[in-house]
Amino acid sequence: MTAELHEELTDPHADPHADQLDHGAASSRPLKSRISEPQPRGAKIRGNRPVDQSEAANRFMAATEHEAMHDARLWDLRQKRDKEMHGIEEWEELRNLASGIKEHTLSKLDYYLELFEKNATANGIKVHWAKDGAEHNAIVLEILRSKGVERLIKSKSMLTEECGFREFMAHNNVEVIETDLGERIQQLDDEAPSHVVVPAVHKLRTDVASVFAKTIGSDPDNADAHYLTECQREATRPLILSAQAGMTGGNFVVAETGTFVVCTNEGNADLSANTPPLHIASIGIEKLIPGLDDLAVFIRLLSRSALGSPITQYTSHFRGPREGGEMHVVLVDNGRSERLGMEKFWPGLKCIRCGACMNTCPVFRRSGGLSYGATYAGPIGLIIDPTFNVHKYRNLPYSSTMNGSCTNVCPVKINIHEQIADWRKTLAGDGEISPVKKVMMKAAGEVLASPVVYRASLPLGRSALRHLPHFMLYNKLNTWGRKRDIPETPKQTFNEWYRKNRKQQGEGEKS
Amino acid sequence: MSGSREAILGAIRKNHVQSERARPPVPLFDQAAPSDLREMFQKSLERMGGKMLTPDAVDPMAPVRQAIVKPGPVVSCVPEFQGDMQITPQTKPTDIAPVEYAVLRAAFGVAETGSLCFTEKQLHVNTTGFLPQHLVILLDPAQIVYNLHNAYQRPEWTQAHYAVFQSGPSATADIEGVLVHGAQGVRSLSVLFHPVS
Ligand code: SF4
Repeated sequence: MTAELHEELTDPHADPHADQLDHGAASSRPLKSRISEPQPRGAKIRGNRPVDQSEAANRFMAATEHEAMHDARLWDLRQKRDKEMHGIEEWEELRNLASGIKEHTLSKLDYYLELFEKNATANGIKVHWAKDGAEHNAIVLEILRSKGVERLIKSKSMLTEECGFREFMAHNNVEVIETDLGERIQQLDDEAPSHVVVPAVHKLRTDVASVFAKTIGSDPDNADAHYLTECQREATRPLILSAQAGMTGGNFVVAETGTFVVCTNEGNADLSANTPPLHIASIGIEKLIPGLDDLAVFIRLLSRSALGSPITQYTSHFRGPREGGEMHVVLVDNGRSERLGMEKFWPGLKCIRCGACMNTCPVFRRSGGLSYGATYAGPIGLIIDPTFNVHKYRNLPYSSTMNGSCTNVCPVKINIHEQIADWRKTLAGDGEISPVKKVMMKAAGEVLASPVVYRASLPLGRSALRHLPHFMLYNKLNTWGRKRDIPETPKQTFNEWYRKNRKQQGEGEKS
Repeated sequence: MSGSREAILGAIRKNHVQSERARPPVPLFDQAAPSDLREMFQKSLERMGGKMLTPDAVDPMAPVRQAIVKPGPVVSCVPEFQGDMQITPQTKPTDIAPVEYAVLRAAFGVAETGSLCFTEKQLHVNTTGFLPQHLVILLDPAQIVYNLHNAYQRPEWTQAHYAVFQSGPSATADIEGVLVHGAQGVRSLSVLFHPVS
């Protein structure tokens, strides 16, 4: 296949303002892999046996070109996020609001779900309820069968990953076409997404070139990102035009107006929803928010936290079917209502899947999302994967340096690192723990048990690695001590400065 | 499934461990808003990869004509400009696929993010926002709001079945962070300030 290259795509240096490349998931500075290197694959899955994240992480780190690119890209996203944050005076207020709105909604979730159902139904949306992934898949299949659908175009959705949706549809002779570029790359490579926002971030351009050469017939020797993107556009477009149904997820569900909102950079959700006559949206029940005032808070936070861009290129609001079209929403529980009852872990339901905690996590950046062997990777994965399968994911809460950086960047203020510590305790109590990890946990436990040391390890929302006991970071038992570089932390935080200055004024600190 | 609805709602009611939390009021955060929002909008739009066209006082549609440089069908959803392909009540969403340029009017703009709002009313067929290769958009400067809080006070949200903020062209950087415009949706997006006549 020869892709027609439109002129604005042929010259990668066309934009002289490199510092303007800060929308979408663009890197703020040019990154380019130098050598081609076989792609390290993810964690080895052995049935229900506990996933060995560090084994897969070691393989990822051994692939130095992949590791360096991954680390640089995600750190760049984290820095772009910081820049955005500094540009918004009310940033912390927005985070407090976002957290408060989510907590309010979760505390009345039954009420808001019914309110959404009522309003959406009044606008002509058909609302379905699914207890788990299997029920979700069955509901969608029934809708598709009733319309004789053979090809479904789809935008990215973590929920459908949870449900094993693509495999299920493949068994039932429905062709599913992912329309997000990163997700399409992963689909064509028969690999799960490695990151909630940038699914193929662990791949080098040469990896993509070889996947596309095998699957959509691109030139195997051309690994130019513009060329590869264009090949995908040209290959996917006919499939979009001929699909009989489209599927999206939903980032937010507004109960008071019966609206669901989808955020993308490529416009692929709008194409998936508006081109075929049938639109199905699969949405987790925790996505509810009360009203449009609340929505503003989340739209302002989401893309800034995720990619350091002010907003996604497309923010799409669906409130009812278009004329002559049909719209379905499947509300999926899949363990969420149970999580609501977990005293320590329910705040994980506030997550808006921005990926900021992954971008900032030194473990994630160095080991790649597929090393976690679970739908959700990185810090958020550590605290929600065990709710899906406590045995299989029992080791994941140890894939953390406990630097607290995830908690600091989280736009909805989930106490991620505290929950990681709580999981360690919970799993120890359940006997779900290996002996090596037990020693490490004791070290972590000692730090966390002492309020003074604990406070010192979290100075005013800064990365606190400097304060963690040296043995915890470099102890041979800590699989993360060996090849981790510790992100630079500010020498003195405001709190430290304040305490020191107060002390100098003769006011001793009680703690 | 019908039994599942009750099961899910029942599980939620049973599992609520927290008492009800208050709903926080959301301020508009707009004290610092300048009276003329055009400059802020332009800066934001350009940051998102969109282009601003220079108005022509004598011939207001000249910038639109000049922006159309590639051959191919042009669809216009605005009375000010004549396209060469008509949208009729029979036009199907997929009929828009061959279109090179669509000329649209945005319902309103958002200065904070450079976003343009379209609903089915402005798009006529929803796919005119996404299937054409390029968009040329008219925006009434009087219809720019300061930030997203103000944007969500607008009436469109409860009138339309479909509404989208488009902020610059389609973009992806899924391959090594290299920015490419036109991943699936439009490859370029240009805006002309032009009041509703
Ligand atoms: S836990 Fe917080 S930072 Fe991580 S993905 Fe969820 S919302 Fe984003």
